[in-house]
Amino acid sequence: MSNRREIFSHRFATSAEKIEQRKKLGSIVQRAGFALILAALLLSFSSLTSGAEEKKKNVDGKWETEDGTPTYHVAEDGTVDWYTYSGFRRYHAECHVCHGPDGEGSTYAPALVQSLKTMSYDDFMLVVASGREVVRADKQSVMPAFGTNHNVMCFIDDIYVYLKARADGAIPRGRPAKRADKPQAARDYEKTCLGEN
Amino acid sequence: MQKIALAGAMLAVAALAPPTAANESVLKESAKPEQWVLQTGDYANTRYSKLDQINRDNVKDLKVAWTFSTGVLRGHEGSPLVIGDIMYVHTPFPNIVYALDLNNEGRILWKYEPKQDPSVIGVMCCDTVYRGLAYADGMLFLHQADTTLVALDAKTGEVKWQVVNGDPKKGETNTATVLPVKDKVIVGISGAEYGVRGHITAYNAKTGELVWRAYSVGPDEEILFDPEKTMSLGKPVGKDSSLKTWNGDQWKLGGGTTWGWFSYDPETNLIYYGTGNPGTWNPVQRAGPDGKPIDHKWTMSIIARDADTGVAKWAYQMTPFDEWDYDGVNEMILVDIPVNGQMRKALVHFDRNGIAYTLDRVTGELLVAEKYDPVVNWTTGVVMDKNDPRYGRPVVVPEKSTFLNGEDVDTKNICPAALGTKDQQPAAFSPRTGLFYVPTNHVCMNYEPYRVSYTAGQPYVGATVSMFPAPGSHGGMGNFIAWDAGEGKIVWSKPERFSVWSGALATAGGIVFYGTLEGYLKAVDEKDGTELFKFKTPSGIIGNVMTYSHNGKQYVAVLSGVGGWAGIGLAAGLTNPTEGLGAVGGYAGLRDYTALGGTLTVFTLP
Repeated sequence: MSNRREIFSHRFATSAEKIEQRKKLGSIVQRAGFALILAALLLSFSSLTSGAEEKKKNVDGKWETEDGTPTYHVAEDGTVDWYTYSGFRRYHAECHVCHGPDGEGSTYAPALVQSLKTMSYDDFMLVVASGREVVRADKQSVMPAFGTNHNVMCFIDDIYVYLKARADGAIPRGRPAKRADKPQAARDYEKTCLGEN
Repeated sequence: MQKIALAGAMLAVAALAPPTAANESVLKESAKPEQWVLQTGDYANTRYSKLDQINRDNVKDLKVAWTFSTGVLRGHEGSPLVIGDIMYVHTPFPNIVYALDLNNEGRILWKYEPKQDPSVIGVMCCDTVYRGLAYADGMLFLHQADTTLVALDAKTGEVKWQVVNGDPKKGETNTATVLPVKDKVIVGISGAEYGVRGHITAYNAKTGELVWRAYSVGPDEEILFDPEKTMSLGKPVGKDSSLKTWNGDQWKLGGGTTWGWFSYDPETNLIYYGTGNPGTWNPVQRAGPDGKPIDHKWTMSIIARDADTGVAKWAYQMTPFDEWDYDGVNEMILVDIPVNGQMRKALVHFDRNGIAYTLDRVTGELLVAEKYDPVVNWTTGVVMDKNDPRYGRPVVVPEKSTFLNGEDVDTKNICPAALGTKDQQPAAFSPRTGLFYVPTNHVCMNYEPYRVSYTAGQPYVGATVSMFPAPGSHGGMGNFIAWDAGEGKIVWSKPERFSVWSGALATAGGIVFYGTLEGYLKAVDEKDGTELFKFKTPSGIIGNVMTYSHNGKQYVAVLSGVGGWAGIGLAAGLTNPTEGLGAVGGYAGLRDYTALGGTLTVFTLP
């Protein structure tokens, strides 16, 4: 386990920047027609004013920092929360064909265990939802927009907390050995968001 | 030695059959050993060259003659072509074509760079690879990532015509080469991970006009199967042979893409190719109406089609109801070899599922089906008894069935991994030894399927896969093997640290070439695999080795530039399950050996 102080003191954008980012994200999400994500955003909007974050809280098995940003939880015995585990699975279905196993990167896509050391939750959401292109003579990298993909967007918080845990060195490579049970809230959410089962 | 020569004399390569119906230009030009006009060397996909100046005695003296940087840093698959005094080099996206003057130290005669919407990069599974150009009738056929097929004048690089084969917005892309046959160009499509319904299409080589299209799954009139005349394992396939093996309209997202290689036999006038996986990787979502496995025909199949009409003569499904992503797209090699003491017009195929198949290419009769890596464990083997109702089907080991174990369950230690005992990297056949030389992966996996929903143009995967070197073996992730397709036996096997992701080349010099992911070009003895030469090129090799001669001198050339499927897992290093769950990757990653590149290296004797 790397030192906790470092984990919780990562740099955050100023409130003005955050509002701007969230506006942008809001329009993307609207375009994508993702009511649930919007709801999640509004939720985090409401907590914008809160300042320092030393504590995190458990809301129905889902962990958040004080400003409402989703985060991971690793118990003393190494048991990870359900969402971190879910993120491991979703990452390895949707993301790993470019970003490599365990977020380690590939020959053509960045190692997210590095990116998430500095990238904020909002920036992460932006890039996943709207994509990113770098096309130069020496480099052509294109991150597709996943804004309309339920398999990604319904589980975007899970993927984020998993990668964040990897980036912070809180969990090792590979499948988490022990995990918390799937909370009822996660089951209900999954059904609503995927719109099936 | 005597024995080998004798055996060699008995073996006839299909591509050398008299040019009755095929594309005259391809037959004529591919028969000249100084040239390399198709990615696979010839219509039969043998990757064998009659050139013998470089041989097992002098190959140790091989030196770099010249090099060429492509200016692109993505994974470089395929190989250059040589026609007359010109070498043609292709690149991954943006799919540049260079014509290099062999009379003038590789001076660039012309360059063609198509303008493609870069958004296609994001929908290409597993890097922006492209397996290269094909040549016929003075034209080069370029099949771009965005599925635009372009005919270029080989002399000038001028565009003669172009046509669009698919829609990248729906996840339809291209990585494969095309095959010119008679007056047509045969073209495939990628994107099964996006729910694309695969097809092959014949375009008029002179005009680019669509002549016929045959889907892999769907109604008889769209898959061009004749219920009475199209055969499978000796019987007519019957009506709705594909539709009745799908639950409802799932066939519309049916996968069965056609991103591998094509071969052609002028004698039977048949085109041979394989089809990919059925839609999502979660088999539970693809079960039949009764909740039981259902075949999903004709995904994971070998199909033989009439070159003129596209109508299937025969088909054979290797992996019904895929539960592991064992696409059937690897190359079909057409050779006449003895099987059980009798000469047969054979088709030999090394499948992702770890089984090497030998079939009669005229009738589709199954002759041999044996594992070509002893670690393959998802099946106990293929039922060969014609009276058994399961004839021709693999017997699935229940513990390795990701369907039986179900959604949200991690099925452990399945061999091979999803990337197969062999992926697209093509094998070679030498008529001198009668053996096949096969680049292989020695990698196993854990596979956990779960529920996914479909959105057009978005990935449609539905499984978490983790991969690791085959447990209890030599610790490496690859082998380069020699295979007897008549007997169904490994003759020799040379371990490699990483998967061998480079196409092999066999020559009349008694040697076999292949590249490694660390970047070595290697030459081994055809008899026993003894390493005779190696040279480390600037980047890892996932390209295919080719040879040509110019002004009486033999050259060997290979593209290096690590990437592709291999660049995903191996760049980071795979995890080692024997260290326990959640273990730190115990194996050194490829990134400790090589970095990105895009270079052609050409070798010759001093």
